[in-house]
Amino acid sequence: MRVGGWQRLWGRRVVLGIPYVWLVAFFLVPLLIVGKISISEIAQAVPPYEPLLEFAEGGLVAVRATFTNFTLLFEDDLYVTAYFQSLTIAGISTIFCLLIGYPMALAIARAREDRRGPLLLLVILPFWTSFLIRVYAWMGILKDEGLLNGLLLWLGVINEPLVILNTDTAVYIGIIYSYLPFMVLPLYATLEKLDPALLEAAADLGAKPLRAFWSVTLPLSVPGIVAGSLLVFVPAVGEYVIPDLLGGGDTQMLGKALWDMFALNRDWPSAAALAVVMLAALAVPIALFQKWQTKLEQAEDEV
Amino acid sequence: MRRSVFLLSALGFGYAFLYLPIALLIAWSFNGARLVNVWGGFSTKWYVELARNDAFLDAAFLSLKVAATSATAALALGTLAAVVLVRFGRFRGRMLFNGLIAAPLVMPEVILGLALLLMFVALEQVIGWPDGRGFSTIVIAHTTIGMAYATVVVRSRLAQMDESLEEAAMDLGAKPMKVFFVITIPVIAPSLAAAWLLAFTLSLDDVVVAQFVSGPGATTLPIEVFSSVRLGVSPQVNALGTIIVVVVACIIFTAWRLMSVKKT
Repeated sequence: MRVGGWQRLWGRRVVLGIPYVWLVAFFLVPLLIVGKISISEIAQAVPPYEPLLEFAEGGLVAVRATFTNFTLLFEDDLYVTAYFQSLTIAGISTIFCLLIGYPMALAIARAREDRRGPLLLLVILPFWTSFLIRVYAWMGILKDEGLLNGLLLWLGVINEPLVILNTDTAVYIGIIYSYLPFMVLPLYATLEKLDPALLEAAADLGAKPLRAFWSVTLPLSVPGIVAGSLLVFVPAVGEYVIPDLLGGGDTQMLGKALWDMFALNRDWPSAAALAVVMLAALAVPIALFQKWQTKLEQAEDEV
Repeated sequence: MRRSVFLLSALGFGYAFLYLPIALLIAWSFNGARLVNVWGGFSTKWYVELARNDAFLDAAFLSLKVAATSATAALALGTLAAVVLVRFGRFRGRMLFNGLIAAPLVMPEVILGLALLLMFVALEQVIGWPDGRGFSTIVIAHTTIGMAYATVVVRSRLAQMDESLEEAAMDLGAKPMKVFFVITIPVIAPSLAAAWLLAFTLSLDDVVVAQFVSGPGATTLPIEVFSSVRLGVSPQVNALGTIIVVVVACIIFTAWRLMSVKKT
């Protein structure tokens, strides 16, 4: 039995060790390196940054850390604008996703039980098809000589094509469209569990459907609202493809700014500093998400 | 319960919003004219052009290879992580492990891409590997992302599973490893298939992280599509998009039918 116990302990270590080592090596360490390079000096070299530690003569170690990458970010209007514009665009898109997604989730949750599966499948299906190609389809709809303008001109609503592509409006449409399924799924998960008896009780006590919604359904679906909003908001802040394809020259978002700084300017330390700033902005929402995950896990353990 | 007209119309609007662009894309792919507003008659010429486009074909082949490799690795790692989280109870470092597993789900892709690239560059400086970036670096990056999703899928199934089956096998003297392969794996098999498929799709669809960690000569399909789409609407991409939509719809529909047949 002793041997068996030892084997189990050893097996346990292997099972735990493999994914743990992978996550540390290919997720945690890379993030720490971003932190390190964000305080390194830029250099005309390959790779384009100075080492943080220099081994001077006599075994002395000289630390060459600098915070200029960060101060430059806050002095440059471009990045300050990008910062606030990212948060605004992500925030407003999240609200729109909630406004469109909530009634959808509620309608699916209240559909006949055998219809819920197919209806939900229809929400998930677009998520499985190429994100890039779905965003691209909007280019054909929104451009000046695109389908929407053609339709509106034909109907006589407008006389001149509207400029929608390459504006913030197109970015909003793209983000709401792409992230809508992420809002509907967690909302549906909480609304589906809602006990219909609660609503019946409210109705018996004389509450009109709207009143019952405000005082029963909505408060009980808060966990779904929080989860859905985070799943939309956090990735939307760092979105790069949508502003690049649908946005215009004055649409500045952090994800795109980071890529431009990295690829066009080859300024890796500043790109790393921008990543650190972005993480700082998202730390609270990400922590909230983690807390929600843990809660979910506890709920699962109790089942 | 009374059917609410408002809810039903909201649902209809939502589906129209989700599917209209996809329907248009399919229509455009058969449009003989290059323009989106002119119908030039039914034509399959964009599909013929696509089939002759070597850049797209090479990229598609590389993407499928990357997706299959990384999804398999992600499934293996994600299943181990799920076993740890569901069956191991408390251990030192659980908080960190839990955090590391869930963080890639919400981490903006640009940060993940930059972080991995910077690590690969630093690693190359120190140990000389990876020598340049390409297939292996993209696979590593996609494995990390896919693993997080695979863990979520496998974990929820594993948590629902009746543990007494495993306990019975162990009482009869089976070693944990044997119990896992003979009892656990068959029981959670549908979730393993779903997890693999999810990791595969995510890899096949990723453009941001791949753009950071790929090198010259390793262009995945999304990178190729992205660079051609930036120049404007291209009928070949419409055709490619249609193929992807049809293939995905078939796979998902079959998977869904199989699952619902099993339940009844």
